Amino acid sequence: MEVKPIVEIEKDIVEDFALFDSWEDKYEYIIDLGKKLAVLEDQYKIEENKIKGCQSTVWLTASFDNGKVIFKADSDAVIVKGLISMLIKVLSGHTPEEILAAKMDFIGEIGMMTHLAQTRSNGLLAMIKQMKNYALAYKMMEDTKK
Amino acid sequence: MEPLELRPQFPILGRTVKGKPLVYFDNAATSQKPQCVIDALGHYYSHYNANIHRGIHTLAEEATLAYEAARFAVQDFIGAASVEEVIFTRGTTEAINLVAYTWGRENVAAGDEIVISGMEHHSNIVPWQILCEEKKAVLKVIPVLDNGELDMRAFKQLLGTKTKMVAVVHVSNSLGTVNPVKEIIAAAHEVGAKVLIDGAQSAVHLDINVQDLDCDFFAFSGHKVYGPTGVGALYGKKDLLEKMPVFQGGGEMIKEVTFEKTTYNDLPYKYEAGTPNIADTIALKTALDFIKEIGKDNIRKHEDELLTYATAQLSAIPGLTIIGQAKNKVSLVSFVIEGTHPQDIGVLLDNMGIAVRTGHHCTQPLMKRFGIPGTVRASFALYNQKEEIDVLIAGLQKAIKMLA
Repeated sequence: MEVKPIVEIEKDIVEDFALFDSWEDKYEYIIDLGKKLAVLEDQYKIEENKIKGCQSTVWLTASFDNGKVIFKADSDAVIVKGLISMLIKVLSGHTPEEILAAKMDFIGEIGMMTHLAQTRSNGLLAMIKQMKNYALAYKMMEDTKK
Repeated sequence: MEPLELRPQFPILGRTVKGKPLVYFDNAATSQKPQCVIDALGHYYSHYNANIHRGIHTLAEEATLAYEAARFAVQDFIGAASVEEVIFTRGTTEAINLVAYTWGRENVAAGDEIVISGMEHHSNIVPWQILCEEKKAVLKVIPVLDNGELDMRAFKQLLGTKTKMVAVVHVSNSLGTVNPVKEIIAAAHEVGAKVLIDGAQSAVHLDINVQDLDCDFFAFSGHKVYGPTGVGALYGKKDLLEKMPVFQGGGEMIKEVTFEKTTYNDLPYKYEAGTPNIADTIALKTALDFIKEIGKDNIRKHEDELLTYATAQLSAIPGLTIIGQAKNKVSLVSFVIEGTHPQDIGVLLDNMGIAVRTGHHCTQPLMKRFGIPGTVRASFALYNQKEEIDVLIAGLQKAIKMLA
């Protein structure tokens, strides 16, 4: 299946959010995304997949398939899970180069910038960093093969 | 003066958050500041900013007098016998570290024991852990009962001839429990141990009299008593402070410096190296005067009413469990709601203009004890009102519905 370029997916999300005229709608949508996020099997919920943050626990794992990075994640907090779901939607299934180049501007555009603040770092900031770390690792793996 | 009538004196309470009137229930983290405290800071910088103790000019003299007046205000606030027993620090954390680094280094040896409790803030765990590691001493922990009280029987069994220090929190920042510190101090003294009381949460609510408590050290922070951030105080019994080694070296704390030897200044300056936090210390006095004028009795009466009301209202929410149901509690309620994560609740409440604390409140071992990732904590101050608790309850119901 052909995946849309990252900027296109970001644009779709920003357009979706533009339809919400209250914070309630916006958060209900994120909560819903959180609940619908594909289950992360217990075998991946291990210490080394944990992204340590201040408040909630986030597990993130990645695999490399046909030159594309596939992310899977989970959290014990549903809003964080919803935010993760968006990150996965944007970044998963792309090449390491594409992931590393992603600016992730949509987060600010949908008014979720506060989730990037240090206190809620495991919400997004640490997640993005970890996703890019995976991308970088796979890129290096690829480069050595060449 | 009734506590609530003072609400207009706190300018921040007039602001809105996300378009809604601010409901500030994070007072255990830091209290808001009355206009008089804000003004005291501005007045210092615009009228008599100068370095203290050394200058001979008028500004230096005015600043020195105001700074030292703050020390008398703290002495009065905690009932210390002498003003020399009041050392200004950056806050409670620095005060505890000061004791661990100075008294601890000199008085704790391999095999000695330090007793803390299972409800300590990380600030009253880590400095002792560092000391224990360095000295090969042993850290003992008083267990916490299911209702959030300390297991006093277990505590007494922990005490022995090896116990050198008992460092406990007066009021738990996560549970609101008021610990029986007088009984703890007396029991510790019987085995010859010293006692440090972490008063970060108690100083604003309870009447503090260090002589009556007979504690050896007491620490509190300015910013939790309606004062500025960056200033706090350590109380220590004079004979102990005189014998303890110095903490940091520099200006102010010296008597005479030669390259061969330096002699140290008298108490309390011996522990106040470098130019202190003059402005905030001066404004701390304004805050303490403010509390004194209203009267802690009046404040406590008002806050107790809020606590009782909040406890009843929260208990009526299905699936909500209050963590910490000690008989003797002050002004905060910590809780978890079945099927929800504290962080989710906190994020949604924030969108309704309600500021609560969520998470482990820097007491991770305590959260582990209760088997929870954290709690939602609402903590009250003199300016809070019942109507705000109603807003919180409605907000929680809405959040629960959204998360369901």
